Amino acid sequence: MSDKVAAGRPERHRTITIGDRVGRPRATARVCEAASCISGNASDITARLRELTEGKSDVAIKRVGCLGLCAAGPLVEIAETGQLFEHVRPDDVGPLVAALDKVAPDAKRQPQGPFFEKQVRVATENFGKVDPESLDDYIAEGGYRALRRVLSEMTSTEVREEISASGLRGRGGAGYPTGLKWTTVAKATGDKKYVICNADEGDPGAFMDRSVLESDPYRVLEGMAIAAFAVHADEGYIYCRAEYPLAVQRLRTAIRLAQRAGYLGTNIMDTSFNFDVQIRLGAGAFVCGEETALIASVEGRRGTPRPRPPYPAVAGLWGSPTLINNVESLASVPTILRDGPEKYAQIGVGKSKGTKVFALAGRIVNTGMVEVPMGMTLREIIYDIGGGIIGDRPFKAVQTGGPSGGCIPAEHLDTPVSYETLIELGSFMGSGGMIVMDDTSCMVDVAKYFQDFCRDESCGKCTPCRVGTTQMYMLLDQITKGEATEADLAQLERLAGIVARMSLCGLGQGAPNPIFSTLRYFRDEYMAHIVDKTCPAGVCPIQKPAEVVA
Amino acid sequence: MPIPYTKPAPPNDDKRWKIVATRMRRMGDRPEALIEALHAAQEAFGFLDSDALEFVGDTLGVPHSRVFGVATFYSFFTLKPQGQHTTVVCTGTACYINGAGDIIEAFEQRLGVKPKGTTEDGKISLLTARCIGACSLAPAVIVDGGMRGKARSDELMAELEAM
Repeated sequence: MSDKVAAGRPERHRTITIGDRVGRPRATARVCEAASCISGNASDITARLRELTEGKSDVAIKRVGCLGLCAAGPLVEIAETGQLFEHVRPDDVGPLVAALDKVAPDAKRQPQGPFFEKQVRVATENFGKVDPESLDDYIAEGGYRALRRVLSEMTSTEVREEISASGLRGRGGAGYPTGLKWTTVAKATGDKKYVICNADEGDPGAFMDRSVLESDPYRVLEGMAIAAFAVHADEGYIYCRAEYPLAVQRLRTAIRLAQRAGYLGTNIMDTSFNFDVQIRLGAGAFVCGEETALIASVEGRRGTPRPRPPYPAVAGLWGSPTLINNVESLASVPTILRDGPEKYAQIGVGKSKGTKVFALAGRIVNTGMVEVPMGMTLREIIYDIGGGIIGDRPFKAVQTGGPSGGCIPAEHLDTPVSYETLIELGSFMGSGGMIVMDDTSCMVDVAKYFQDFCRDESCGKCTPCRVGTTQMYMLLDQITKGEATEADLAQLERLAGIVARMSLCGLGQGAPNPIFSTLRYFRDEYMAHIVDKTCPAGVCPIQKPAEVVA
Repeated sequence: MPIPYTKPAPPNDDKRWKIVATRMRRMGDRPEALIEALHAAQEAFGFLDSDALEFVGDTLGVPHSRVFGVATFYSFFTLKPQGQHTTVVCTGTACYINGAGDIIEAFEQRLGVKPKGTTEDGKISLLTARCIGACSLAPAVIVDGGMRGKARSDELMAELEAM
């Protein structure tokens, strides 16, 4: 690498030339190797396909990131025709090989149905296309073009202006304008600044960040580098959950290869810009998704939040100005700067621009990962893309926003999804988990489940959250056992208001939300437990003595 | 007068201590390496005993009380040795509404083990996870690192009992 010193600099990376495309295969099988499909032995499928197609020079077998439709995994797609093979087994790939042989050289990609056609891909544009560990693949799909443009043509102010113009808002849930945050950090005084990527995706039922890191890790690194340039930082951290071993492994590989190719480190792309990234593992604390707790954890301490201000943008990691962005926000950055902010701002509705990645789970047919434009209705997401409810049972509610979110009932299914509308409905965008529930779920039990979660994950620093979540849990437990009175319900509501107002950080402030929203839409279920001593969904153990483990 | 810093020797001549020491050295033996060091120790030994906590603390110059505080704050760290086989039941929302509770109940009834516990014969440990992100496979259970998607409690129990 370094023996080429023609221009006084080592050749940094082999660029993809047209010549590489001449030998393009006639047929390509893309095997999804994201966590969900891997647990269905996707790696064995890749190995078996390679074995069976050995010697066929016009057939390629490729490992790719998440194809999205996790419910049907392990998935294999034929790239040229768009044909999908679902529930593939390693010992039964014969039909797949036959289909690969039949692909005509001039084959056209056929529509793959509403699950795929109705999506708009920005942060996930490379999903199911690139090998997650291959830098060449990423570059071939237009990767690092945005960083090149930023470093060669733009000033940091222009970068921040373009991000502001795109209307991108924090995809971790709160929806703070990304451009504004970047500007605050850039203008903060301090010689040393940091960029942190928040990959501590703690919401139960959310797996968007995991999918992004597993399927397209370079995109996050590129987004971080652009962010670092825009805010004058030279050091970055990715704070990732230890529960995501595959994501961590792919990130490590990506960081190593990007460093070797000169996309991280000193003098990136032969400019004076320096930036390097390290991974920090979380250790199973939900509260570490809160930015000050996250910083404490990166510093090697217990992850407890502290009062803000000062905000991390002014005094963050080791007291220096620190930019903290969510994985999905950073993953959207390269596309915005590559295609221009106008294109991104055209997508979406009102103050919510662009797209949002959602993880569909629960009692829904097409469990998986989707990216849709802001402003799409819940009905379109759940019924058109998600394929409706399993067994055609009646829809009861969709839970968004994790433990700080709420349950949205059927009468609001036609609401367009945006930051504002979800808050109006008493829920919350959150990181993007959507858990669909049918009539077999009891809403009091769901509220109790989330309260149990918050009680367990409360860090214990402030009293309203530490004591309040436990008390609320105990009240809900009484209700589900049929032992509560209406006075208990009034007590619960009062307590929920106190916890929401008095808690130090988002965990406690949001903890009563599931209670508020279920009371708002499903008060009759609470009353059924309290007055009639029955559970309409038949979940709660009012009659039988056995206790349901929460 | 400040006490001069001397790097402590590993508690015994187990080679795995070297892995832990290397991880800490790579981060400059500074206090912020604490969580990484605990990860390294737990990966190497399966759990964190007081030897490990003291060694890590002394190397990084972190008071033992703080090491213990961090190790007990994060639910990923365990201070008890695990059984021969470790099972993790995901209790994320998707798994919960698809029946993770029944699986945990089956563990209790058929194997007599509660979450965070180990069976009396030391064979099977049961842990719960907040969400392992495998929502499409709900309810998901991890048995010795291998994922069992759409787990059914009767099949799972039969498998574990045969172990």
